[in-house]
Amino acid sequence: MNSTTEIENQNLPEEEDPLWLIFMPPLTWAVHFMACYLTAAIWCAKFSDTSAHFATVRIAIAIYTAVALAIIGGIGGYGFLQHRHITGKTPHDDDTPLDRHRFLGFATFLLALLSAIATIFVATVAVIFGSCE
Amino acid sequence: MKTTSDDPEPLAEAPPLEVREAQEQRLLKAWKAPTSWRYWSAVNNTEVGLWYTVATLCFFLFGGVLALLMRVQLAVPGNTFLTADQYNQVFTMHGSVMMFLFAVPIFEAFSILVLPQMLGARDLPFPRLSAYGFYSFVIGGVFVCGSIFFDAAPKGGWFMYPPLSSSYQPGIGADIWLLGLSFIEIASIAAAIELIVGVLKCRPPGMRINLIPLYSWYILVVAGMILFAFPPLITGDILLEMERAFDWPFFDPARGGDPLLWQHLFWIFGHPEVYIVFLPSVALMAMIVPTFAKTPIVGYSWVVLSAVGTGFLSFGLWVHHMFTTGLPGISIGIFSAASQAVAIPTGIQIFCFLATLVVGRVTKSVCLLFVFAGLATFILGGLTGVMVAVAPFDFQAHDTYFIVGHLHYVLIGGTIFPIMAAFYYFFPLFKGKKLSERIGTVVFWLVFVGFNVGFFPMHISGLLGMPRRVFTYPADLGFDTLNLISTIGAFILASGFVLFVFDVLRPRKNQPLSKRNPWNAGTLEWLAEMPDKPWGVRSIPEIDSRYPLWDQPNFMRDVDEGRFYLPDAEEEMRETLVTSVIDARPIQCLRVAGPTFLPMIAAIFTGGFFIFATYHWWIPAIISAVFAIATILTWAWTGTAIIPEKETKDVGLGLSLPLYVSGPDAVGWWAMFITMTADITAFVSLIFGYFFYWTIHEDFPPENSTGPGVFWPVSGMCLLLVSYGLTLLSRRWNSLNNSTGYYAALTSASILSIVGATCLLAGPWSTNMDPTAHVYPAIVWVLVGWTALHVALGVIMQWYCLARRAAGKMTARYDADIVNVSLYWNFLALTIVMTVGVIAGFPLVA
Repeated sequence: MNSTTEIENQNLPEEEDPLWLIFMPPLTWAVHFMACYLTAAIWCAKFSDTSAHFATVRIAIAIYTAVALAIIGGIGGYGFLQHRHITGKTPHDDDTPLDRHRFLGFATFLLALLSAIATIFVATVAVIFGSCE
Repeated sequence: MKTTSDDPEPLAEAPPLEVREAQEQRLLKAWKAPTSWRYWSAVNNTEVGLWYTVATLCFFLFGGVLALLMRVQLAVPGNTFLTADQYNQVFTMHGSVMMFLFAVPIFEAFSILVLPQMLGARDLPFPRLSAYGFYSFVIGGVFVCGSIFFDAAPKGGWFMYPPLSSSYQPGIGADIWLLGLSFIEIASIAAAIELIVGVLKCRPPGMRINLIPLYSWYILVVAGMILFAFPPLITGDILLEMERAFDWPFFDPARGGDPLLWQHLFWIFGHPEVYIVFLPSVALMAMIVPTFAKTPIVGYSWVVLSAVGTGFLSFGLWVHHMFTTGLPGISIGIFSAASQAVAIPTGIQIFCFLATLVVGRVTKSVCLLFVFAGLATFILGGLTGVMVAVAPFDFQAHDTYFIVGHLHYVLIGGTIFPIMAAFYYFFPLFKGKKLSERIGTVVFWLVFVGFNVGFFPMHISGLLGMPRRVFTYPADLGFDTLNLISTIGAFILASGFVLFVFDVLRPRKNQPLSKRNPWNAGTLEWLAEMPDKPWGVRSIPEIDSRYPLWDQPNFMRDVDEGRFYLPDAEEEMRETLVTSVIDARPIQCLRVAGPTFLPMIAAIFTGGFFIFATYHWWIPAIISAVFAIATILTWAWTGTAIIPEKETKDVGLGLSLPLYVSGPDAVGWWAMFITMTADITAFVSLIFGYFFYWTIHEDFPPENSTGPGVFWPVSGMCLLLVSYGLTLLSRRWNSLNNSTGYYAALTSASILSIVGATCLLAGPWSTNMDPTAHVYPAIVWVLVGWTALHVALGVIMQWYCLARRAAGKMTARYDADIVNVSLYWNFLALTIVMTVGVIAGFPLVA
């Protein structure tokens, strides 16, 4: 077992590494997903027989997607920087606050990546569909 | 492997032999299981986990026999082995038993059994809750399964779609399903609480979040999923049972209801449930693969990504079970997209396992055979899953045997095979002896060949057009040979299981004990002695690695010689460590509960409520519920938040920890938080129902309905919010030791609560809203009733806190009771505001 240098462990208290942050990107996906679904479902139930144009739904989904991707991108970028703190080595399996900090950052980054892909998957549906059917 | 310079090290010298022996005697005495008839009062994870696992396996065998009955019936066209009615009961029970009584509970049972060992903990934090969950599970399971012997079983399919399960089934079968399985869902939520708190708060010191076993990550995700997946089903059960018992028309289109709401609620539960049963099995593979590859898992962070990502994405798939219900194309597209996306994290973890096997030096074993079979079979099931996620294909394959083939490839490949692998892997941990590799190889080939012979032809018969859930079929449609082959395969598969059960049950007197850590694994559960001691772990170790048995020198010796934490039980009480969530920093020495019959008695009375309600025997049901509440209060009064005889305790290695904590550091606070998260999810599902009706109706709330008005609901809300404020104030005054203020505030709060709840009920009552007339009054009454019931529970808790302080069991320093009750009231306040906002506010803006 090697001891890490003091610099590696300074200013990384566990209170500043909340577990919930890694769940934020997929949670953003979930909110985006529900917003898209509910918007589409309610619009199709309430307005598809009226003169209202389906573009409303597309614009709404575009806005949701832009906001969601911005949030996911921001959190993912933050996670990536956290993973690159001092070093970018993998795996993060040292018994040190530094590797704990970097692991949480890397997990956040990976989940942001997955969430962004899944968000784009859902948004693509609004590109393909020009109407409720 | 690096560690910090201030990381605690084990004692340099072991305590003298006589000291160690005295410590071991005290530990044995503290953790000894009760004997003779009192054995059934045991609550320790090793007993409860074992009973739970055995019970789930019994239900699995029962479900398997039902499957064979179906296969006999379908072996030849026009068969009369079962009548149509019997067949309906059998296939409904097969699906229900396998999903509710085996697939989900086996993971809970096994986790209760093994998780403390994996975490180097002496027990999980709420052993009595585990015991309550177990007894609830067994009573509910036997009740549901027993119905088939009285020709009274449910027969609406495992997803119980109304109107088939409402208007067309006058018997009590559907009620047994709804109430019996709701009862079992309590056990699932109880297990979820236990496991989440166990993973987050009961890890050994030093086991930082980046070092925890992957099994724990999966369990954390899956238990979290239970909290959000099961409550919508409980809500659906309540609504459907209200329709069946009291004619409230939630699913009756003639009175504004809609059967599709049930499908939404069921599948919001049902699809995540597939992952709730699949992910724990992946977790088992994540433990087994590194051991047999003799190398750490490749891509630990990527596997964590997969577990968490799959957990989330699995909630975006539920409508793919409803592609043929006439939903708008764009809705179908959105769910189809999510269904494709979930393949990404699912695939990543499989690649990680394969990479681990490639870089390691693989040892041949039956465990690995089942792992390989699981991976291959699940991939095939996953690929057909991607096919049915494509809506146009699903339109063709829906409700055919193609789906039966697909789901069995997913569930048997993704769940059963890994569980079989785990059986061979973990068996020495509990019996001290291995299962036979020779018999195991035969078992494997029988099961693997039988499974594929049985289920692969179903894809073809499905594509040829054979529908699901038919009790027979005419000859010469092309189904005959395929079905006969499936039946032959099913019996080959069953013979494999029979041989497996024989191997498990056969006498082992002449078989020598297995060597310790027989597979040379690296994780903590393999500290177990052969046979194991009841204390779980001799001393609770300081962790520096993901695989301490591989990486930490002299680790097993140091643990055995009591060189780590809690090597003794000076007061002969059951103790374990509570640590912080991220870095597993020790924060409390937790005294866990010992043997008692109270959980069993509470489960019997709770079961009585559900069972009597099934038969609409309301008086006995209410009496049973009152006794259940009284038993649970006795259990809480005598066994929780006990004031210790001293403030702190020396747990070894120079560390002294408090014996009592409250607030977010305490496990009880977390249990309340998690329970209420599940509770609020169920409530949000009711709100979803209200707005679902608004979406599908031109006028909702109906023009001609007066609704509950504004005055009574808003008055009730104001009174209840004042009560909430007084409850928070009483917590503060308690901590300031202002006794008068505490009693005055909490007494006033409880009175205001009763008046406030009465006002809420007065809303729909004063406007004569008839819940049987239309779905609008029915959903308003349900929302109000839900809230009033929760206020009643809140009042009981307020009285409980008053009594606790009066009896000297709660003080300014030892205040866990009022802290947890305040937390309950935070959630209750949210429920109250949402209820009144919806029932009184929404009609004004709709």
